[in-house]
Amino acid sequence: MIRARFLLVLLAAAGLAFGGTPPRRVTVAAAADLQYALADVEAAFARVRPDIAVSTSYGSSGNFYAQIVNGAPYDVFLSADEAYPRKLAQAGLAPTASVFRYSRGRLVLWVPRGSPVPLERLGMKALLDPSAKRIALANPRHAPYGRAAEAALANLGLLDAVKSRLVYGENIAQAAQFVQSGAAQVGILALALARGPALAGAGRSFEVPLASYPPLEQAGVLLARAEDPAAARAFCDFLRGPEGAAILRRYGFSAAR
Amino acid sequence: MDWEALGLSLRLAGLTTLVLLLLGLPLAWWLATTRRRWKFLVEALVAMPLVLPPTVLGFYLLLAMGSRSPLGRGYIALTGHPLAFSFEGLLLASILYSLPFTVQPFAAAFAAVDRGLLEASWCLGASRLRTFLRVALPLSWTGILTGMVLSFAHTLGEFGVVLMVGGDLPGRTRTASIAVFDQVQALDYAAAGRTALLLLGVSFGVLALTYGLRHARRLPWPLS
Repeated sequence: MIRARFLLVLLAAAGLAFGGTPPRRVTVAAAADLQYALADVEAAFARVRPDIAVSTSYGSSGNFYAQIVNGAPYDVFLSADEAYPRKLAQAGLAPTASVFRYSRGRLVLWVPRGSPVPLERLGMKALLDPSAKRIALANPRHAPYGRAAEAALANLGLLDAVKSRLVYGENIAQAAQFVQSGAAQVGILALALARGPALAGAGRSFEVPLASYPPLEQAGVLLARAEDPAAARAFCDFLRGPEGAAILRRYGFSAAR
Repeated sequence: MDWEALGLSLRLAGLTTLVLLLLGLPLAWWLATTRRRWKFLVEALVAMPLVLPPTVLGFYLLLAMGSRSPLGRGYIALTGHPLAFSFEGLLLASILYSLPFTVQPFAAAFAAVDRGLLEASWCLGASRLRTFLRVALPLSWTGILTGMVLSFAHTLGEFGVVLMVGGDLPGRTRTASIAVFDQVQALDYAAAGRTALLLLGVSFGVLALTYGLRHARRLPWPLS
């Protein structure tokens, strides 16, 4: 017992001695389509501002919206749409002026490399092919990419034919995991995920026509409860600045309108 | 490897076990010795987390911890931050969720203690507390150890409740089991495999240690 307590004191002392000043922290809630692109943005940001530590959670925008309304301690929320950040501003959780667009998302059909689904020959109609037994997308109830995918299917007149074969991931990254692991044969995914290290080179994709779904204007918001607003703003500015924009472009995001 | 998440999980499991030990001993003793007719209601309540879907418990906890409930508002007034999406919130959820894993083995062990020995102790003039500490506890130590290990291991493996009331905040509420979920979604199977293997190892180690101790013949009871 005494020895355990001694060890604790020693550990605490070591923490004080080697810890130095705690780094400034920014906690980000980000839509799952940003999984790879944002990691690159963070790495680039860390080179410019080594004094600010950014930690990010990925998930569906709708879930984050609900969590933030319930008091989740995020400083910045990067949504996959514009509606959730605006609703947070309306609810008084962020100043209206702090909502900013940072990119425009795009949808692709994605299949693993050896897949028999005739993506190149049929394009969107490939979804009707019998080899596409399960089609993975994000849950439209709380994921903007899921809503966009469903809208595209409806507008192209495919929704009724494929409805019984749709499987829903909690967010777009889980939908990607479904198809990458072979549990689903086709995914309707974010282009940014298809360009990420895990999927790029492991499959083929076909871009869903932009005209078939409402534009995925992605917006972020700096929340009023941010613990270090200056650090959070520095990160947001970097994301929207030339370096951040270039990284987002590399992952297939169009510039925000 | 997400050491931060593993550290958080171990801290959560350790604290949960400690609180449950303090709460569980009197509660289990009461359950094992009371003759009240409505005891079965308390037993049912304690056992609820065994059959409730974690999402149901998580949903109620989220409502209870939110800024619209008296508990949530009171906590915010006291500490300045909401109970949901904090380590303290996770701790509260884990305590409720692992309650039957502690109390049931405790109560079973207490019920197995020969009542004649307790009565002999009282007749010899020992107080109720002293009888509990010197007679009941030493005779029940395997059950108590089992309860503690089960609540530790169960908290370590918790997922649904943590996801609902904790969110997924690195260093605060991202436990090891949530980290595995994240790593799988990021298609980082190598990292997910390492975290999963570590959890597997820790769980097996803890259980093997308990069963090993139970088979050992003599183990000095630390309180006697």
